[in-house]
Amino acid sequence: MSMIRSGDILETIGMITQENLDVRTVTMGISLLDCIDPDPKKACEKIYNKITTKAANLVKVVEGISTDYGIPIINKRISVTPIAMLLGACPDADPVDFARTLDAAGKAVGVNFVGGYSALVHKGFSAGDVRLIESIPRALAETDIVCSSVNIGSTKSGLNMDAIRMMGYMVKKSAELTADRQCIGAAKLVVFCNAPEDNPFMAGAFHGPGEPDCEIHVGVSGPGAVRAALAKLPKDASIDQVAELVKRTAFKITRLGQLVANLASQQLGVPAGIIDLSLAPTPAVGDSVANILEEMGLEQCGCCGTTACLALLNDAVKKGGVMASNHVGGLSGAFIPVSEDEGMIRAAETGSLTIEKLEAMTAVCSVGLDMIIIPGDTTPEVISGLIADEAAIGMVNSKTTAVRVIPAIGRKAGEILDFGGLLGYGPIMPLNTRSPEVFINRGGRLPAPMQSLKN
Amino acid sequence: MKAFVTVIGKDTVGVIARVSGLCAQLGINVEDVTQSVLQGMFAMIMLVDLSACTVTSAELHTAFDKLGDEMGMKINLTRQEVFDAMHTI
Repeated sequence: MSMIRSGDILETIGMITQENLDVRTVTMGISLLDCIDPDPKKACEKIYNKITTKAANLVKVVEGISTDYGIPIINKRISVTPIAMLLGACPDADPVDFARTLDAAGKAVGVNFVGGYSALVHKGFSAGDVRLIESIPRALAETDIVCSSVNIGSTKSGLNMDAIRMMGYMVKKSAELTADRQCIGAAKLVVFCNAPEDNPFMAGAFHGPGEPDCEIHVGVSGPGAVRAALAKLPKDASIDQVAELVKRTAFKITRLGQLVANLASQQLGVPAGIIDLSLAPTPAVGDSVANILEEMGLEQCGCCGTTACLALLNDAVKKGGVMASNHVGGLSGAFIPVSEDEGMIRAAETGSLTIEKLEAMTAVCSVGLDMIIIPGDTTPEVISGLIADEAAIGMVNSKTTAVRVIPAIGRKAGEILDFGGLLGYGPIMPLNTRSPEVFINRGGRLPAPMQSLKN
Repeated sequence: MKAFVTVIGKDTVGVIARVSGLCAQLGINVEDVTQSVLQGMFAMIMLVDLSACTVTSAELHTAFDKLGDEMGMKINLTRQEVFDAMHTI
């Protein structure tokens, strides 16, 4: 049958219909640098017009590709220039007006999320940065689809401890202002170290200043397909065979993403940016990164051996995906969000998975402490301490790390929060509550690490 | 514009006739047909040419979904480019 074997055809159909293989997101990155204006009203008008012009056909074109080609594409999103860069020009503006504009423009074109209510402060604050950061809780409470991120550190610049101190408060406040909505504000806020400028995934997507005017990024997915492939491998197959199978499956998944990127770029007349080679789980049964680790031979995710299995997975996904795509970028690797992954949720509920183990796992995964629900009475200083620890792992290891924790206001360890949809649900996980207050209140900049003499 | 139609489910009488009948009705030329058994389930694969198809892709999917429901089988229509991308280097 043509050049393709029927076994391959049925494998692909099985991946799509039974193993939740999909393209997770097509994200249009739009630069707003030409919308800077000292009059905030004019700036917001320019932003609205630019987004609704550039992305006018985004949803229609992507849905057309999905129907024409028979490829499930889940999300359509937009990332924009960090808003703090525009805010610097208008010192008297209410930053939240910019968030409302992004919300309205995103809704007008029908996308799921708009990312970029962001500031890059890894070395220090410029005009607009502090005002933007202080407005994040209100912006996330007063909008629906706007996502926010702040880059507080990098391998080359060290960690901005003043920003880390502020972000502990902002995470807590974002949860407090949305306490009547499952504290959803904090689920739309990511604190990064080494943030990539071309990430298509939310909540951390923004369009970096080095990017072109407009481009199309694609984030692939498919933990279910990798798990299903591993399930067919004998339990005594060597770990080399496990790595080989993950690479092969990642290659196929990524080629699907590259096909969608090419088609979307061509049909929208916008250059293709990057493919994010990520395994992004969903709360659907079987579509879980934790289940992949368990399929490799762990009784339950979180047990001893978890970090080693995740290191293999993260590396093999990249090796398989790199050859399948023209340009790789974004976060690329295995995501380990807790509330968005059915296997992680179960492991957290049974006590097999703890925040401390998750922190170790973030040293070898693609992002960091993600979608973790913590007790509502956690102090801002403890959250800042958690951010500092996570950022230190990213800084020293020259990788992206991030913190997206949701303080469950009014609730304690053992209870649950349920966000619904792709954000999922999860148990409140206990964390060490002893205070790092003196350390956090010191402020300043934690020096960048040595990049040689590595041992 | 080529695509593969896959029909998966419990084997019944007249699967090929009904699916190819619908193809003929919609101006779709069937170029090749193969059958196999996938994990105990019957699987038919048809290579079709959509260039003279008389309806939109959304209507096409609806028509195949409806036929699939009537036969108690799952019908998928996927463009050839998807398989080329995933299974050839």
